[in-house]
Amino acid sequence: MSTRVFGSGIRRREDPRLITGAATYTDDYTLPDMVHMVLLRSPHAHARIKRIDTTRAKAAPGVVAVFIGTDVEGALNPMPCAWLVPNSNLKVAGYPCIAKDMVRYVGDIVAAVVAESPYQATDALDLIVVDYEPLPAVIDPEKAKQSGAPQVHSNVENNVAFHWTVTGGDVDGTFQKADVVIKERIVQQRLIPNAMEPRSALAHWSGASGELTLWNTTQNPHIARFLCSVVTGVPEDKLRVIATEVGGGFGSKIPAYPADFITVFCAKKLNRPVKWTESRRENFQGTTHGRDHIQDVELAATKDGKVLGIKATSYSGMGAYLSTAAPGIPTILHGLMLSGPYDIAAIREDVYGIYTNGTPVEAYRGAGRPEATFILERLMDMLAAKLGMDPIDLRKKNFIPKFENGHTVATGLSYDSGNYAGALQKLVDHVAYKDLRRQQAEDRKKGRYLGIGISTYVEICGLGPSQVAGAVGFQGGLWESAIVRFHPTGKVNVFIGANPHGQGEETTFAQIVAEEIGVDVNDVKVIHGDTQTTPMGWGTYGSRTTAVGGAALVMATRKVKEKAKVIAAHLLEAAVEDMDYKDGKFFVKGSPDKAKTIQDIALMANVAWNMPAGVEAGLEASSFYDPPNFTYPFGAHLAVVELDPETGQIDVRRYVAVDDCGPQINPVIVEGQVHGGVVQGIGQALWEGAVYDENGQLLTGSMLDYALPRADRLPDMEVLSTVTPSPHHPIGVKGIGEAGTIASTAAVYNAVIDALSPFGVQTIRMPVTPERAFNAIQEAKAGRR
Amino acid sequence: MYAPEFDYYRAGSVSEAAGLLRKYPGSKLLAGGQSLIPLLKLRLAAPVAVIDIGRIRDLKGITVKGGTIRVGAMTTHAELAASSELAEQCHALAQAAAGIGDPAVRNRGTIGGNVAHADPASDLPAVLVALEAKLTVEGPDGKRTLDAGGFFQGMMTTALKEHEILTAIEIPAHSKGQGSAYAKFAHPASRYAVIGVAAVVTTSGGKCSAARVAIGGMVPRPVRAASVERVLAGQELSAENIAKAAGQVTESLGNEVLGDIFASEQYRRSVAPVWVKRGLTQAAERAR
Amino acid sequence: MKFPISVTLNGRPYRREVEPRQLLVHLIRDLGGVTGTKIGCDTSQCGACTVLLDGVAIKSCTALAVQADGTSITTIEGLAGDGQLHPLQEAFWNKHGLQCGYCTPGMILAAHELLRTNPQPSDDQIRHGLEGNMCRCTGYQNIIRAVREAAAAMRRKG
Repeated sequence: MSTRVFGSGIRRREDPRLITGAATYTDDYTLPDMVHMVLLRSPHAHARIKRIDTTRAKAAPGVVAVFIGTDVEGALNPMPCAWLVPNSNLKVAGYPCIAKDMVRYVGDIVAAVVAESPYQATDALDLIVVDYEPLPAVIDPEKAKQSGAPQVHSNVENNVAFHWTVTGGDVDGTFQKADVVIKERIVQQRLIPNAMEPRSALAHWSGASGELTLWNTTQNPHIARFLCSVVTGVPEDKLRVIATEVGGGFGSKIPAYPADFITVFCAKKLNRPVKWTESRRENFQGTTHGRDHIQDVELAATKDGKVLGIKATSYSGMGAYLSTAAPGIPTILHGLMLSGPYDIAAIREDVYGIYTNGTPVEAYRGAGRPEATFILERLMDMLAAKLGMDPIDLRKKNFIPKFENGHTVATGLSYDSGNYAGALQKLVDHVAYKDLRRQQAEDRKKGRYLGIGISTYVEICGLGPSQVAGAVGFQGGLWESAIVRFHPTGKVNVFIGANPHGQGEETTFAQIVAEEIGVDVNDVKVIHGDTQTTPMGWGTYGSRTTAVGGAALVMATRKVKEKAKVIAAHLLEAAVEDMDYKDGKFFVKGSPDKAKTIQDIALMANVAWNMPAGVEAGLEASSFYDPPNFTYPFGAHLAVVELDPETGQIDVRRYVAVDDCGPQINPVIVEGQVHGGVVQGIGQALWEGAVYDENGQLLTGSMLDYALPRADRLPDMEVLSTVTPSPHHPIGVKGIGEAGTIASTAAVYNAVIDALSPFGVQTIRMPVTPERAFNAIQEAKAGRR
Repeated sequence: MYAPEFDYYRAGSVSEAAGLLRKYPGSKLLAGGQSLIPLLKLRLAAPVAVIDIGRIRDLKGITVKGGTIRVGAMTTHAELAASSELAEQCHALAQAAAGIGDPAVRNRGTIGGNVAHADPASDLPAVLVALEAKLTVEGPDGKRTLDAGGFFQGMMTTALKEHEILTAIEIPAHSKGQGSAYAKFAHPASRYAVIGVAAVVTTSGGKCSAARVAIGGMVPRPVRAASVERVLAGQELSAENIAKAAGQVTESLGNEVLGDIFASEQYRRSVAPVWVKRGLTQAAERAR
Repeated sequence: MKFPISVTLNGRPYRREVEPRQLLVHLIRDLGGVTGTKIGCDTSQCGACTVLLDGVAIKSCTALAVQADGTSITTIEGLAGDGQLHPLQEAFWNKHGLQCGYCTPGMILAAHELLRTNPQPSDDQIRHGLEGNMCRCTGYQNIIRAVREAAAAMRRKG
């Protein structure tokens, strides 16, 4: 092959079906005899259910059945939590699929109606009468921990679901001897993921064979099958989960949900296919949220700007129940990352996971790492301001020096490779940072308030060694799998256990195979998202699909190549050790003109007319790749915002990202991941935030109230990269799915503070709405008077 | 989201629609549906019947005759925004229409539906009040004409009587030396007006001979900012004078200023002068 | 009550008796197994349900099926002609203007509307033209690039 497909921005293989409307997402399926389920959800954040009357609903036109909590008791097991963080006194409260006696958040499921049409089911929903006794509710995780706060679960004292700590170095001593201590309270507001595709489930029960097929909007069909089996009792071997097309997830389609299992319950009970699809309003209430941490953070430093220690206490809202992976997010994925790209000798964090009367919280793009990055980047800027240093210089002073194979930080993690100063320097050079600052000063004289913000980060992804997963309480493995299968014509199917849903691995994985074994990229089709055809895998989240699944694919392809070499040697009547390979051709060393192509070998292996002794027919291999370590992508981002001092409105004027995810299989896809990630982070800084009232009502319960980023409020982004391979990954790649989000919130926030600083503003809550900025200016002015 | 059941009747004329309204008490008029259908989907409205007036030809279109612009009630926002006549002779209306919702919403939503719905966060009511538009309504007792100022009575409340239909809006075309504009502080999610300021400025001999300012979004129904208008009248349209006049808006806002989780009452009061200034400044530029 | 309607969907005529309350998007998705038109919200915000009604973009979740009586509807499935992708589809593909693809049908049709009314938009006009369509994956940037490329291609074709 003349041009190398690995590393080139070829068009995506998944797009033709997506741009023509031919793709089928869960809600697009219709089965014969199918009925529709809708759910009655609690309008109260906390209430005792005194009585439910479904009589009229059951009699309504088209209604097939109505089920309440008592109906599913015994048939549906409680929802499991699958990340049991050790040494944290974790208390997993009972999480029934349908609430029976108590509802604990607005959106808790109270009843299910199944009818011939969704219109009829919704009509019947209005006829269910529920007698509630409302109880006091609590939403703020810090307040929920105080004594006397409403108790979300009677057996969980002070609502503390867990208390986890991480400690490295002599924290108390460090803070005592420090010249400078910076303190800040950070509120990582609750976010609502809002994947564009609402969640959906379609369950088809085959009573005769006892088999169940579940079409489901999930990022991890194999985990969904596992947990569905646990909750519904359908044996895993008779359970097939299909999630071939998923419309975004961002973490919210990782967990198992009661609604999906109620759909299964109904299908079994009624012996008819049952489909449920949430409305957006339901999505706001019933699909998991993200973040929701209140943090008190401190930094200790010398007077010349050497950071010595970080100390933090976090009250992390979990919502009413522990969602599948929730406890691991503010702990393992957050606290362990508190060194960031910096050399910090002493680190401690206390994390309290707190039950509240909010929607359960889960991973949301970045999951723990944006919050860790924010702490560090905020404190760095505050320290720079205090010491009168430039934020760039301060960061450079504290970076871990460039390393290529391992660096252990105070929290105990061993980073794989990093060149943090390199990424930052690239950013500084690209934007001509000094000129940018000069321009800013000049503009300010003219009454234009620009703010420049920096954020550097290192993240943990490519989750991860299974042994570590087990040690930190994750109730599963974190390896990935791939099967590479050559057909007689030389075409290839790749089956993977992960489940990309927009990230483009149908393309990048074909590029990997092309690179490894010399087939045309168009001859490789990647199959995912169906537990019946794909090998076990743990799913697509935590920027792990390429970092772990990609490695599995490399290993499987290399196994195929080894076998192909043996067959080629046989066909060329040569010894295996004399064989050479280049660009899809196997030949005897020195005789490239007399070669066997991989296609020749695939045909022979499949017909098996002339195979080497002891070699099985067929040309395929599988790999189950368990990574030896996590991967640690990093980068440096810069945002320029403009403040309208009259109204407090803030607009992003410029955004520059430098990310290092190792070698890039497809730079166009990498860039796209950065774009999307950055914008989600900008959303947190400026627009997004769940707001509840004191009764636990979600006030931002629709897209009319919850502001998602829109095209007209964003600038073009400039995306650059550096390349530092991971030493332990077979092709060095690290992962890029979350990087943008991890960096951008802090970059934009720092820029906002920079823009507000002439007025004396040092801190502000997110999202930085015009009112908040306006008020901060007024208050700072008043305070200075 | 699934609407409750209702019957549907399609009116071929205004009189037929009026007859259907009488015949089916508890029914609702359907124009472009951009306000009504979301309410139906959320089951916040449950009419017995929906009477579709969206196909009545006589209710569509923009005509200019003898210094008066007549806009049929079923004229869409997109048509308002694209009208070169409006852009020239009634700029604020075209400008406000261009900022309603998004292009697809503007292709369906109508001026009549919008105005009759009287959502305080809507853009057009304030514009019509500033433009001193006249609204033609037809009902069982025949036709009558209402001043925009009197038409909007409160949140989602208008002077329309039972069985009356808004059929047309008449606006005096700008005279020479007159200009108008609409300045909007849009909600980042809903894109409705948090504050909307419609301004009409008339100049004569380099000075402002008259100004009309109406505020929407932050009040239950649009209010005329007489306090601003008074201060600006007779003044040169300098930045200082405009700012000074705009600063008087608070006096006209009254006691009922709306607030929500995005923008409190206090904040809206604080920045209202800025938006008034911006509306006036643009209108003044167009008046030159 | 049922109300008789006739519509043309992607060139094919249909006659149906529909409940007045049925949304146009539900009719479209039920008619002939064309499910490219998506539902992403319930408040007319996201634009996933955007279709062309007599050539003009509307949000089909905010229209009743009865309102579409007598019209010709074009969905994403009807945009490509004779097996040839529409320049917008081609450009979204070329420029990586989509990731999960869920918003894409609506986004492409919203872009179609923009180019219908403004064949040579600036980047800023493209951004405003797509203000009623939400994408959570791409950060919009490659969508802007795609629309820019499609506009140029369509101008070349005339």
